[in-house]
Amino acid sequence: MSVLIGKETKLLVQGMTGKTGAFHTVQAIEYGTNVVAGVTPGKAGGSVEGCPGVPIFNTCEEAVAATGANATVIYVPPPFAADAIMEAAAAGIPLIITITEGVPAADMVNVKAFLESEHPETVLVGPNCPGVITPGACKIGIMPGYIHKEGDIGVVSRSGTLTYEVVHQLTTLGLGQSTAIGIGGDPVKGMDFIDCIKLFNEDPDTRAIMMIGEIGGSSEEEAAAYIKEHVKKPVAGFIAGLTAPPGKRMGHAGAIIAGGKGSAQDKIAAMEAAGIKMAPTPADMGTTLQSLL
Amino acid sequence: MKIHEYQGKDLFRKYGVPVPFGIPAMNKDEAIAAVAKVMDHSGGEVVVVKAQIHAGGRGMGGGVKVCKGKAAAEEAINAIYGMQLVTHQTGPEGKEVQRLLVEQGLDIKHEYYLGITLDRATGRVTVMASTEGGMEIETVAEESPEKIFKEAIVPGIGWQDHQSRSLGFKLGLDAKQVRVFGGFMQKLTKCYEEMDCSLLEINPLITTGDGQVMALDAKINFDDNGLYRHKELEEWRDLTEEDASEVEASKYDLSFINLDGTIGCMVNGAGLAMSTMDIIKHYGGDPANFLDVGGGATAEKVTAAFKIITSDPRVKGIFVNIFGGIMKCDTIANGVVTAVKEIGLKVPLVVRLEGTNVELGKKIIAESGLNVETCTDMGDGARKIVELTK
Repeated sequence: MSVLIGKETKLLVQGMTGKTGAFHTVQAIEYGTNVVAGVTPGKAGGSVEGCPGVPIFNTCEEAVAATGANATVIYVPPPFAADAIMEAAAAGIPLIITITEGVPAADMVNVKAFLESEHPETVLVGPNCPGVITPGACKIGIMPGYIHKEGDIGVVSRSGTLTYEVVHQLTTLGLGQSTAIGIGGDPVKGMDFIDCIKLFNEDPDTRAIMMIGEIGGSSEEEAAAYIKEHVKKPVAGFIAGLTAPPGKRMGHAGAIIAGGKGSAQDKIAAMEAAGIKMAPTPADMGTTLQSLL
Repeated sequence: MKIHEYQGKDLFRKYGVPVPFGIPAMNKDEAIAAVAKVMDHSGGEVVVVKAQIHAGGRGMGGGVKVCKGKAAAEEAINAIYGMQLVTHQTGPEGKEVQRLLVEQGLDIKHEYYLGITLDRATGRVTVMASTEGGMEIETVAEESPEKIFKEAIVPGIGWQDHQSRSLGFKLGLDAKQVRVFGGFMQKLTKCYEEMDCSLLEINPLITTGDGQVMALDAKINFDDNGLYRHKELEEWRDLTEEDASEVEASKYDLSFINLDGTIGCMVNGAGLAMSTMDIIKHYGGDPANFLDVGGGATAEKVTAAFKIITSDPRVKGIFVNIFGGIMKCDTIANGVVTAVKEIGLKVPLVVRLEGTNVELGKKIIAESGLNVETCTDMGDGARKIVELTK
């Protein structure tokens, strides 16, 4: 009852020996995630406190060969993140979740081209995202596990803490989540709304979809067009940045209204036209979805 | 990060991209001296005096003047230097002109628009060209998108000459000009890619009577995420062009943007920060700022953020909205308590805490004895702060 990850996920952690990587690996293990290996070049044979029995390897290739890891999470610093993504793809890992914030756009342009030509089947989530969680089964990323609840609402969002906010609202209302995906706020990234919506639409255990967007770009509009055409499940939405001034980058590299494009008004209009029920305020995201069930 | 036109042209020179001869000036005297030097160098009597601010539309706002003779140039310098230049990108209050660029006048045959930026939909760096040079490209895109020609750079392969030919002939250049344009584009795209630009705009790009292709303007923005690869750009940062609070915030690695309202906001995460602004507005208030303290904030960072918010005299109330993930609620609570004890609190403060270590955070606030309003959720918090600041 989930998409992308579940009980069968065998997770590799790239950058596991760093402070951030170590902290979140411990959290993931406590949540029940099956962490099978870590990779830090030059630290093979080492270990991380709180992660007993998780071996460290020098390369993804070695880690995959030894453990059969089928997903990886990347916590390496921005200058090395693009290389880490490509290493994981080259090692044949089908799902790559990149948490790292601050990866240069030029690096991601190369990553995207590399994946498209060399590893078109590889799924990338992020960078600059909170990760993916299937409540009760597998947590990959930096989200607080305890706010989630097992259930049948698919959540997809461009923002980190706003994802926690909506998940918390849903859980408080007794509505659990099938999977919650944070796709990140960078201009060049892996999975976009439309890819996640497709997965949720095809997942028999997802009953309704919650989609949280923000200003900048046009991926919400593209997802709205897809939903109008293909999705019969109820979809609720919210767009952050209704009051954001044009030309100012609102934290995320991708969150900017430029050249009159990417405003919240346009996105809300497109989503409403596609039959998506929009929450009037961020405090009403959960109840808006609830009203559709 | 943004830079001035004259700095952009310096960068173009480094890459061999042709630009007019010009001299930047930091005051009127330098500018007047520059006029003589430019005339000597070009052998002509025509110079262009250009206001240097980080905003487009300078010509239409009266910040660019073509002058014949030294007297006219001096008059233009006196008019432009120190003026509050208002363009469609500065906001109604405009920006004070503190730097000028004095350039040679040229025999312009045609004006074109040329821009390079990342196309998010394709994930590729894309060159846009148009015959509608000198115009606002947004207007062209809106009214006649067919007049904008595009070519994407294939990652790892780079810009190809056939792409220059395709654009050049569409722009109506003749065969000889197209060849010159090809060399121009090779250098320009190299500059964009090597320097981690996020926007490179030349409006206008010109052809001259003697067959040259030249960048008459240079607007360059850099990808902040790529700046670590270009330490040399740091000295080009013009802090006077940036908001003082935003500069102060950037020292602490806080993402901060000043707005016009009266309710100061401190939030973690960009999406939640934007939503907090939205919900304040929804309940009839006006946010004074966007502030994302980030994921890994320390108590020191939170204290700094709080000081920046309270230093704004327009702020009549503060709303702290935190959903702890990596950021722990007790860290936020400690930072807020420290800040308030240090600088006092003259305006109402509403704190909403949720997420990691929320109980500990609430306890710290409760035991501090500070006059802090608590709330049940972000809607309740927004309503309260709007009510308290009325």
